[in-house]
Amino acid sequence: MRIGVVTFPGSLDDRSALRAIELAGGIPVPLFHGENDLKEVQAVVLPGGFSYGDYLRCGAISRFSPIMESIILAAEHGFPVLGICNGFQILCESHLLPGALTRNADLHFICKDQTVSVENTKTPWTTEYTKGQEIVIPIKNGEGSFQCSDETLAELEAEGRIVLRYVGANPNGSRNNIAGISNKRGNVVGVMPHPEQSIETLTGPSDDGLAFFTSILKAMVSN
Amino acid sequence: MALDTVAIAQANPDSQQPYAELGLKDDEYASIKKILGRRPTSSELAMYSVMWSEHCSYKSSKAHLKQFGEKAVKSEALLVGIGENAGVVDVGQGYAVTFKIESHNHPSFIEPYQGAATGVGGIVRDILTMGARPIAVMDPLRFGPADAPDTRRVLPGIVAGVGGYGNCLGVPNIGGEVVFDETYAGNPLVNALCVGVMRHEDIKLAKAHGAGNLVVLFGAKTGGDGIGGVSVLASETFNEAKPTKRPSVQVGDPFAEKVLIECCLEIFHADLVIGIQDLGGAGLSCATSELASAGSGGMNIQLEKVPLRDPSLSPEEILMSESQERMCAIVEPSKIKTFMKICKKWDVTATVIGEVTDGTHLNITFNGELIVDVPPRTVAHDGPVYNRPMAKPKYFDSLIPAVVPLPSTPEEIKAAVIKLMASPNLADKSWVTSQYDRYVQGNTVLSQPEDSGLVRIDAQTNLGVAISTDANARWSYLNPYEGAKLALAESCRNIATSGAKPLAITNCLNFGSPEDPEVMWQFAETVRGLADACLELGLPVTGGNVSFYNQTGTVAILPTPVIGVLGVMQDVTQRTPMGIGSAGLDIYVLGAADENLSGSEWAHIHGAMGDHAPILNLATEQRLIALLLEGQPLFDAAHDISNGGLAATLSEMALRHKIGATVTLENVGMQLMVETPGRVVVAVTEVNNSALVALAAKHNIPAAKIGTTGGTHLVINGSDLSLAELAAAHEATFPKLFG
Repeated sequence: MRIGVVTFPGSLDDRSALRAIELAGGIPVPLFHGENDLKEVQAVVLPGGFSYGDYLRCGAISRFSPIMESIILAAEHGFPVLGICNGFQILCESHLLPGALTRNADLHFICKDQTVSVENTKTPWTTEYTKGQEIVIPIKNGEGSFQCSDETLAELEAEGRIVLRYVGANPNGSRNNIAGISNKRGNVVGVMPHPEQSIETLTGPSDDGLAFFTSILKAMVSN
Repeated sequence: MALDTVAIAQANPDSQQPYAELGLKDDEYASIKKILGRRPTSSELAMYSVMWSEHCSYKSSKAHLKQFGEKAVKSEALLVGIGENAGVVDVGQGYAVTFKIESHNHPSFIEPYQGAATGVGGIVRDILTMGARPIAVMDPLRFGPADAPDTRRVLPGIVAGVGGYGNCLGVPNIGGEVVFDETYAGNPLVNALCVGVMRHEDIKLAKAHGAGNLVVLFGAKTGGDGIGGVSVLASETFNEAKPTKRPSVQVGDPFAEKVLIECCLEIFHADLVIGIQDLGGAGLSCATSELASAGSGGMNIQLEKVPLRDPSLSPEEILMSESQERMCAIVEPSKIKTFMKICKKWDVTATVIGEVTDGTHLNITFNGELIVDVPPRTVAHDGPVYNRPMAKPKYFDSLIPAVVPLPSTPEEIKAAVIKLMASPNLADKSWVTSQYDRYVQGNTVLSQPEDSGLVRIDAQTNLGVAISTDANARWSYLNPYEGAKLALAESCRNIATSGAKPLAITNCLNFGSPEDPEVMWQFAETVRGLADACLELGLPVTGGNVSFYNQTGTVAILPTPVIGVLGVMQDVTQRTPMGIGSAGLDIYVLGAADENLSGSEWAHIHGAMGDHAPILNLATEQRLIALLLEGQPLFDAAHDISNGGLAATLSEMALRHKIGATVTLENVGMQLMVETPGRVVVAVTEVNNSALVALAAKHNIPAAKIGTTGGTHLVINGSDLSLAELAAAHEATFPKLFG
């Protein structure tokens, strides 16, 4: 099972995502932003970081990279994509996901062990969780406040497209405590918390994040 | 204004030059003339002025710092010592670790965000230059009183700058210090430490070898930022068409540095450089002269080839610019094509600006005109050395013992612990640290508020390194010789408390003006103490940094030697955390206390300084470290006793996971507040009690059982304090002060 991780200029959690895939039992495949070859991967992770320094707007420049052309095209045909943090921001800028991530309500960068609940276990990235399961995964971002129109929010809620929701105090002002969403089809998922930094208890607050990666491997097998 | 060439300098030997405005003394200018046999050109003058500055030449400190070499024990672990960009130590399994701490105090006061940001950027580049991937940063910070208006300006900016740069760079911030004291008002200290890891064979040095090899400048383009000390020169060459005012604080671009890191690591991996140097203080002047000085030949540079952000820069300004995110490499001609290809992949600008020669001089031309012709060593290494006058400070005559009220009744104990733990120096620092990414790179095993930061460097073998930084400036004020030793001992103790073995040290010596004989005496005593302690502990000093002139008017900061210790741990899964992890554990204090409250946090809270620092017994410290390392498998938790005494240690251990403890202490008020060094609190399961007692006896360290863990309260001699109440007080201070 080959799963790709894209390195954009300024990606930071790319190596952690590769390691998460490896720990979950998959074959991690590094992909580079400047190429449009997906190297026969069966799913792709857009990792966290500050691609292009977050200059202009988070993710706004990366969405135009050659690799994103291939990913956008494939995603529209059901190819599984997980965007984490900056990857989520890139997915919103690419219009693969609705809404936008804006500055945290307190205007600070926040690094914190965050409890979130898994609201949707039908996406290929979340099947290994149980619905409503509370997991602890770090958040670490300056622009993690999810915003969208009332109409979009109602649609996301009605269609069960909220994937993760913050539990307890809302850390950043996200609408409806949203920490992660999916597209209509469910193959494209964006989350602000970092499952790849929660894959072993030695270095993370828990190993709760690993199931994102075992889920996708399982989904590949059953396909 | 016409270009000042070597020919013109020879033809006009008596031209007036603004050497004094550039900070050079009469005799320094005279020695430059003597070295060159003529007056320097304006470009040469600019180079000498920055390279012979206190910051670059260590002219006031050099005479003292040589003790680190003279007194050093021979350490087999030391692969690269003082003099390179950072020291390198062998940590086993073929890995080498490099680490260094530097100050960015003055820029951070003027422009807190950029000053702190570029402080992080600079130290990370030093580490990268050695061939290493930067794997962690730490930031010891010191400010004026927490409630002073200027602290509210400076602290949030500095914290945002450290985070803004480090977070974007993807290097985890795993610890540091936030300390408040009146003397830092107007002189905040921003020290930044970086650790990097590489394979032995990847170590790179700042040396230019091999005639015909190319000098490549790569990274950001050169702009007019950070010219600083040479602003006078800039105005000398001023004309109406040029930008007039330039910030003397550099402006950082962490994205450019992140890309530069990846680009450099790929270049190193492909073995494409002979030598490499980053451009920090003194910019191209420093990089070219140091590379050439440390190498075997000379160097020719064509300065007009330097890519510029501001095309109006004069040659002098190009040589002086401290624009960030730039590197200078020596590359063999046969490898330049591959080198350029990697730079292109990362969109990094790279330009060949010259070549190594078999001559002896550094020659710099600008559009074909020779503007610099110097022996590089005279610029880079043969700067002036001063033996500045020293005098024992007069304040010693007026020191008085610290007489402060101590709690004894249950009510008093409760009130005292809450007061202590809510005081700015001991309050919860999450407001600061939650703005830093501690997780990135996925190898952080321990980070603040633990005793030391611990990062894994090999995921297969679980080999890791621990880092701690410490200083107790009040003890240094009371006795700079002992203060330095105490800071080193505390830092080593922190490393061992987490379970790692101390291996090497770095230091950042923050002081007032060296022209004040009393400050110079404090400095000399500090260096002597540190060198003596390193000799006794068998730890090499791998490098460091001196920051003078930290004073406002005649008031100098407390002497603040920040000591960073690197430790190695064979299996990081065995680390000892500081927090109480379960109920029913027995709590022991290892080490003996005295009753000296001088310099303690409790005295400070009561406005008292005291009259004498503890006298450190290094032999005892070594036995304690041996006990901690040998006993490590026995400990469920361990935390050193330092600022805030046992009261703070117990509170911090209980607050970590909100599991309480019940303890009984003799002479309770003194026991809670005294900060006698050489002590650690450990928690062990009952079955390990006898093993611990036997081991402590073997190492001749007192071990006293003071209580057990459990519950949701901290109960001290019947004083019942709920952790919820303690946490509320502990956690409220920073948000209340800084929003």
